[in-house]
Amino acid sequence: MNSPKLQRLTRYLLQTLTAISIVVLGVLSNSTSVLAQDDAANQIIQDLASELTHKKTASRLVAIEKLANSNAPKKTIWLEAILEGSLYMRKEDKRMVTVDKNGSRYSITDAITGEQLGEEKKRALRKIKINNSIRGTIRNALGTIALTDPDAQKRNSAVIQLFGATNGEVVEQVRELANTETDTQVKNSMLTLVSVYDLKEGSVEQKKAAMSYAEGKLEGELVNALREISESDNNDELRLEAKRILQVVEQKQKWYARAETVFFGLSLGSVLVLAAIGLAVTFGVMGVINMAHGELLMLGAYTTYFIQQWFPDAIAYSLIFAVPAAFLVSGSFGILIERGVIRHLYGRPLETLLATFGISLILQQTVRTFVSSQNVAVVNPTWMSGSWIINPAFSLTWNRIYIIAFCLCVFLLLLLLITRSSFGLQMRAVAQNRQMARAMGIRSSRVDALTFGLGSGIAGIAGVALSQLGNVGPNLGQNYIIDSFMVVVFGGVGNLWGTLVAGMTLGIANKVAEPMAGAVMAKILILVFIILFIQRKPRGLFPQRGRAAES
Amino acid sequence: MMTSNQSSLVLDRTMIVSLLLLVAIVPFLNVVLSSDSPFYVETYSVTQLGKYLCLALLALSVDLVWGYLGILSLGHGAFFALGGYAMGMYLMRQIGSRGVYGNPDMPDFMVFLNWQELPWFWFGMDHFAVAVIAIVLAPGILAFVFGWFAFRSRVNGVYLSIITQAMTFALMLAFYRNEMGFGGNNGLTDFKDILGFSLQDDTVRLSMFVASAAFLLIGFIVCRRITISRAGRVALAVRDAESRTRFLGFNVDNYKLWLFTISAILAGIAGALYVPQAGIINPNQFAPLWSIEIVIWVALGGRGTLYGPIVGALIVNYLKSWFTVAFPEYWLFALGALFVFSTLFLPRGITGLLQKEESA
Amino acid sequence: MLRTKLVRKLFGTTSLVVLSLITVNTAVAQDDTIKVGVLHSLSGTMAISETTLKDTMLMLIDEQNKKGGVLGKKLEAVVVDPASDWPLFAEKARELIEKEGVAATFGCWTSVSRKSVLPVFEELNSPLFYPVQYEGEESSKNVFYTGAAPNQQAIPAVDYLMNEIGATRWVLAGTDYVYPRTTNKILEAYLLDKGVAADDIMINYTPFGHSDWQSIVASIKKFGGAGKKTAVVSTINGDANVPFYKELANQGVSAEDIPVIAFSVGEEELSGFDTSPLVGHLAAWNYFMSVEDDTNDEFITAWHEFIGSEDRVTNDPMEAHYIGFNMWVQAVEKAGTTDADAVEAAIIGVSVPNLTGGYSTMMPNHHITKPVLIGEIQDDGQFDVVWETSGLVAGDAWSDFLPESKQLISDWRAPLACGNYNVTTGACSGQNL
Repeated sequence: MNSPKLQRLTRYLLQTLTAISIVVLGVLSNSTSVLAQDDAANQIIQDLASELTHKKTASRLVAIEKLANSNAPKKTIWLEAILEGSLYMRKEDKRMVTVDKNGSRYSITDAITGEQLGEEKKRALRKIKINNSIRGTIRNALGTIALTDPDAQKRNSAVIQLFGATNGEVVEQVRELANTETDTQVKNSMLTLVSVYDLKEGSVEQKKAAMSYAEGKLEGELVNALREISESDNNDELRLEAKRILQVVEQKQKWYARAETVFFGLSLGSVLVLAAIGLAVTFGVMGVINMAHGELLMLGAYTTYFIQQWFPDAIAYSLIFAVPAAFLVSGSFGILIERGVIRHLYGRPLETLLATFGISLILQQTVRTFVSSQNVAVVNPTWMSGSWIINPAFSLTWNRIYIIAFCLCVFLLLLLLITRSSFGLQMRAVAQNRQMARAMGIRSSRVDALTFGLGSGIAGIAGVALSQLGNVGPNLGQNYIIDSFMVVVFGGVGNLWGTLVAGMTLGIANKVAEPMAGAVMAKILILVFIILFIQRKPRGLFPQRGRAAES
Repeated sequence: MMTSNQSSLVLDRTMIVSLLLLVAIVPFLNVVLSSDSPFYVETYSVTQLGKYLCLALLALSVDLVWGYLGILSLGHGAFFALGGYAMGMYLMRQIGSRGVYGNPDMPDFMVFLNWQELPWFWFGMDHFAVAVIAIVLAPGILAFVFGWFAFRSRVNGVYLSIITQAMTFALMLAFYRNEMGFGGNNGLTDFKDILGFSLQDDTVRLSMFVASAAFLLIGFIVCRRITISRAGRVALAVRDAESRTRFLGFNVDNYKLWLFTISAILAGIAGALYVPQAGIINPNQFAPLWSIEIVIWVALGGRGTLYGPIVGALIVNYLKSWFTVAFPEYWLFALGALFVFSTLFLPRGITGLLQKEESA
Repeated sequence: MLRTKLVRKLFGTTSLVVLSLITVNTAVAQDDTIKVGVLHSLSGTMAISETTLKDTMLMLIDEQNKKGGVLGKKLEAVVVDPASDWPLFAEKARELIEKEGVAATFGCWTSVSRKSVLPVFEELNSPLFYPVQYEGEESSKNVFYTGAAPNQQAIPAVDYLMNEIGATRWVLAGTDYVYPRTTNKILEAYLLDKGVAADDIMINYTPFGHSDWQSIVASIKKFGGAGKKTAVVSTINGDANVPFYKELANQGVSAEDIPVIAFSVGEEELSGFDTSPLVGHLAAWNYFMSVEDDTNDEFITAWHEFIGSEDRVTNDPMEAHYIGFNMWVQAVEKAGTTDADAVEAAIIGVSVPNLTGGYSTMMPNHHITKPVLIGEIQDDGQFDVVWETSGLVAGDAWSDFLPESKQLISDWRAPLACGNYNVTTGACSGQNL
């Protein structure tokens, strides 16, 4: 019972002694006195130690506000560290430390002096836990501080953090700053902040001014403030004016919403095309129904996972390495499947379906047994996260943009390979007339193996892309296999363009139907549509012509 | 040619005799023998075997179109499930006011989702006769409409397989929806009576088993009649050379359509018999993967023979039962290997081995 | 010819009969052990979640045996695999009770599996302990619900968002199956009851494993951009969660703008996520691994030792099994027998420690009392408790917010002994007795 008290007492004593000695030293030398003052101010973090690590959120909030209002020079660094979750307390001596995580090892540094304190186990430390309300408080505190940051990016996010603030003082401060602000983006954000405040709290004159600023702008906060006026302001003139502005804005928003739907459709379409395009090669060109196609996608996704596991420091580049690696892994599996099983079943397409289905079960269970039956966590590199904000009503997520671009690249490369290379020529020759191709000296069985390997390898590449969008687990393949077949059949077997058009069409149709019918019904409608379409055109959108089509 | 025909005749007859024996012996072992006897069969095992016989009937129906007509249906699970749902709806209505909310007009799942009245397709399902009609008509009409469109526009081969898969997939998604009025993911369950007799009664269970065996027998004889008739010969001709048969003046589409519909009805009956014994019907029965699994029973047993699929269905399901207790992790390995092995090395299935030996 | 014919006939007949005899009763219960059934999927889609629960049960039984078993007898676990196949659940349940003669069964995860086995347990009169949060609207003589009922998870979660976060606009997003449907029905009624306008509630359902969340997240963003504090109550199931949270993060919806509170995301699920897009979002459970408590520490240590890995997490359904198992042990000791009726009578009122520093009691409606905790997701895949109910909440089998079930009560003690007694008509129905 006594020992913590005793410890605290000793610590205070020691701290006082240190402070005194520093002051004494400070008297001796002028230059150190500034440092001493700083250190004394910085001491606040140590004083707040037990409050900051308190179990109750309320106590932690109070401590953080104290910290934010203090004059400690290091407070910004600490607040940021708390936000990142790298500020800890060492349990044995209650010393506040910042932590550098390296796997399971935590190397710690004194929060005040920056002195290296070696490594500690996780259990010896207590983290300053944060939650949404604390995060909000810290961000607001940092926001006010960062309003004058030299970095425009930081200034801008600081202003955005303050959006919706009702604190008049802060708003006036921003109004002042806006006059001297040079960066247009930051200035815009600042003016928006001020206008929103004016629209809500300002005089009639201020409201009018703010309205003319808001005209044609799409920022959600401005629109909401305008809407409030149009609904409930007692000044008729203002109400009508707000309504007029809103009409224009809503018209614009409608158009952006349509563009957004098309984008969503294209990105869903790209996913479908990516998943199906390998199948378009194996099924379309070779006539092999490869039910293990989904598992080849899965292998590609797992390749990404393992590359990230082996090179945890190079997450940003992991995808670039994963693409060729996945191509090789899935491609060689494909060749193995072709040589081991499919080779014996040519001319019996329905039986390849059964055999490859068996292979797909084995591959799934292999992953379950040897990796894990759980999903694995594949990390998104930062350049794949977030969105490209074109304007406040219209932004496109980066990962979708990359997926669309990637899909088109893969498609074009494959198209070039098939139409322009000599391997592509041989491939088409074997597909059209095996006997004749052999008579011309093409080693048809080698071409078969390579074609199957190519289709499988592309499935692997697609798997890398899919790993960035959804789950990576043993069931990944099953989620895509039926959709892939639908796309290939709808587009017309043996036609790459058909696959592209079909995938994109289905993607957009799905996204258009979804808001109206709900996600489940949209999917059912698409399936029914495909079934009916196949009745009308049994060979898909772009049917193959000529002799090969008859078989 | 002669020998092979004769041998299949022999095997067909063997199957009929075996099924008859099964109907006679199992109830004897269950009822007459005392539970101490080493040959005593518990009701539990009887019900299990009863379910497997239903699955065998399902396999038989797949074989009728695949083995004799060359249509690989990857959607037969849908017909099975529709028959099952029709029976399930009847059983749900039999619960009457014994549901947890005590509402005599509506099943529990509708009550707690605040439905005001029974949807139209539930009307009359409390009569067994209506249910029987639904069991036949629901899969029958679906197959007829689907087939009418598909065969007329000459969708065949792989394309047909894939759109049957799309069909069952769409139905699965639809039945998962709670708004559909079929109980969503939970499906239909907690059945109590059939025809006024408690489903928990051992005699009723035994009767369900006998009914399953009897319907399998009937299904078997019907299929046999069809396959040795003129229609059956035409079907074989369609399987082996469709265009040629068409040129010879046969209306190929009609033959396909009728066989496909009959096969769907058989699958529906199998489902209807399965549900009271399994105690639940749920949209999982529409899953495309399950339909593929059915095809495997047929392939393993030997397609193009009528006894093959029955043997295949029994073997795979007993294996599944055994593996999931003994080595749960290895069941999928075994099933997968079975697929690859049977397609590569047993193109005519297990029963094909018997025939080969015979003709040699 | 004749000979081969005979051979065929013999072959066919014997093979069928032999097959049917494979299942002949061979297992005879030994007198010096008490068998406990474990009915969790070890293969198929549900294996992800259920395998852990099987291991938990093995650990609990092992520990109990070290303490000398129950009634002086050792416990013996009988593990079967229903393979995520719902009809197979019923079949395996029957196998456990009829063939193995288990005294009690611990198992099931999904509602459909519970619905599938329920008639079997009632018919054969054997107790089942069900450890997962569920939609309520059920009270069976033989089932003990140790997971949360909606009033032990959903309602307190909404209270938290309403009172602490100040949410006034609500998105109820769920996977289209019975648990989200019922939970959302209850929550909708509750919110309307609290004066939330119907326009301020958006309900959305998606299929299992839904992966393309672009439009839905965009509409949530739009819905939440109307100037009122918006919160999402998520009953989205399993696999669909990762793409949902990723899409939220990518479209710039942060936990501070629109917090998402989930009822199906726990420690086990988080171990398969890249947690960075989830940090700050919430979950409501009755237990978190991060709870600082001695019993919990002991449990975690024992678990790590048993499973042989320090990386494995513990979660809410594991705690439910811990509570359920200990309740059963106490009830058996109290009744002095494993007879189902005696144990079922004895277990009502039994109190055992839970893992969050309190005691849970079995109520007469076969649900238990639990604390409700709200946790925020941290970047290490753990939860930080931000709020908890001041006392224990008793599980409510029949929701007070659904018109049909408002009038039902459940009390399994004599003389009522009914799971769904209708207080207006005075009738008790739907029991398989």
